[in-house]
Amino acid sequence: MNNKYSYERYSRQTLLKGFGEAGQEKLLRAKVLVIGAGGLGCPALQYLAAAGVGTIGIVDNDIVSLSNLHRQPLYSTADIGLFKSETAAKKLGELNPEISFSIYNERLTSANALEILAPFDIIVDGTDNFATRYLVNDACVLLDKPLVYGAVSQFEGQIAVFNFHSANNTPAVNYRDLFPNPPKENEVLNCAEAGVIGVLPGIIGTMQASETIKLITGIGKPLINSLLSFNALNNQTYEVSLQAKKETRSFIPTTKKDFESMNYEWLCAAERSPREIDITRFDELIAAGDTILIDVREPNERPEVTEFMHERVPLSTLIQSSIKSDAQTIVVFCQSGKRSLEVAEYLYELNDKSRNVYSLKGGILKWKEYHQKKETV
Amino acid sequence: MAVNIIIFGQLTDITGEQNLVVSDVRDTDQLIAKLNTMFPAMSGSKYVLAVDKRVISDNTILENNSTIALLPPFSGG
Repeated sequence: MNNKYSYERYSRQTLLKGFGEAGQEKLLRAKVLVIGAGGLGCPALQYLAAAGVGTIGIVDNDIVSLSNLHRQPLYSTADIGLFKSETAAKKLGELNPEISFSIYNERLTSANALEILAPFDIIVDGTDNFATRYLVNDACVLLDKPLVYGAVSQFEGQIAVFNFHSANNTPAVNYRDLFPNPPKENEVLNCAEAGVIGVLPGIIGTMQASETIKLITGIGKPLINSLLSFNALNNQTYEVSLQAKKETRSFIPTTKKDFESMNYEWLCAAERSPREIDITRFDELIAAGDTILIDVREPNERPEVTEFMHERVPLSTLIQSSIKSDAQTIVVFCQSGKRSLEVAEYLYELNDKSRNVYSLKGGILKWKEYHQKKETV
Repeated sequence: MAVNIIIFGQLTDITGEQNLVVSDVRDTDQLIAKLNTMFPAMSGSKYVLAVDKRVISDNTILENNSTIALLPPFSGG
């Protein structure tokens, strides 16, 4: 390196045996794309930027909200309502002005993914939903790029390096070798319902940064073709080895055209029930009157709903009692729209399909998020 | 013979325990069937099995004292 300032900035890591200035040069030449600037993406971005990865891409079209801050301390309370990608790039630029950032303030879709991923050497998956995870995996296989995977749920996390061709000619494993197809909506509790301890994505995202730095500099033994599980409650780790499977390839599009015609949202979502309504329709029904709105969450569940009149009949008591009101339309909601859909199906049958029974798709969390965004944007 | 089961993620909400010992199962198909009987909600859950730290996709013969991990997919970030 010819710049004295750079030398000082990275001096504590260039001192390391096996890393040295050669390792630093590799980092400065590397291009890493972090998809999702949330719980996993924030710490990954911070350490990659601090370490001196020369070009960092950030994909996220979400805005900072209050419920993000317990696990995304890159952002501050004053950033609520601002775009994550832009806010993250600004803060990371202050941390390390010697590197460059590419901001993609858009949602990753099968139409834009290949173009966005193409210029980068390594992809870091910090997404928060199965649809995007499968999309990112398939794009990495198609473009033949290493993928540093991380995911969290409650108190546990998973980390792996996918699609990395090691020197010993072992076939590279991808996410679909582990889970060939996305779970159906009722097979896995979603994050908003399951919850997550704030520090956990901090640990897992930092480990993703560590794996990325190891891949770039060629040090250590990255989690190639292995999946590591970490439990924050008892500090236990468990590593399992993964094998590439022939049939996996049949699930992954092999051409740009096939990839672009894949509908990942649809692939991952359960078929929409006729009982489900979206936020717009929900708001119309609130305004229309002659509709009884029921919150079926348990009494201790937050956030409270103060925006519109409703009844609270927890799921645990609802099944026994019948609905007293004779309103023609019943609308039920819960946290994520899953439990309320079950209730809606049940009530619809119970009333011999004579009343309109609907469930708010996405639940009250999505509804609140939507209205919060409408206010801030 | 008996095998050790380690349960990950939200599957522990179903089993109530992170570790179980299951006896009289010869292979992973029998193990899955037995788990579904012990915990009916398991049959509706998605997970993969790792036998002695190796993820498997086909029915696998178990040995006495094998350790089988049940790993569900996580989506959170």
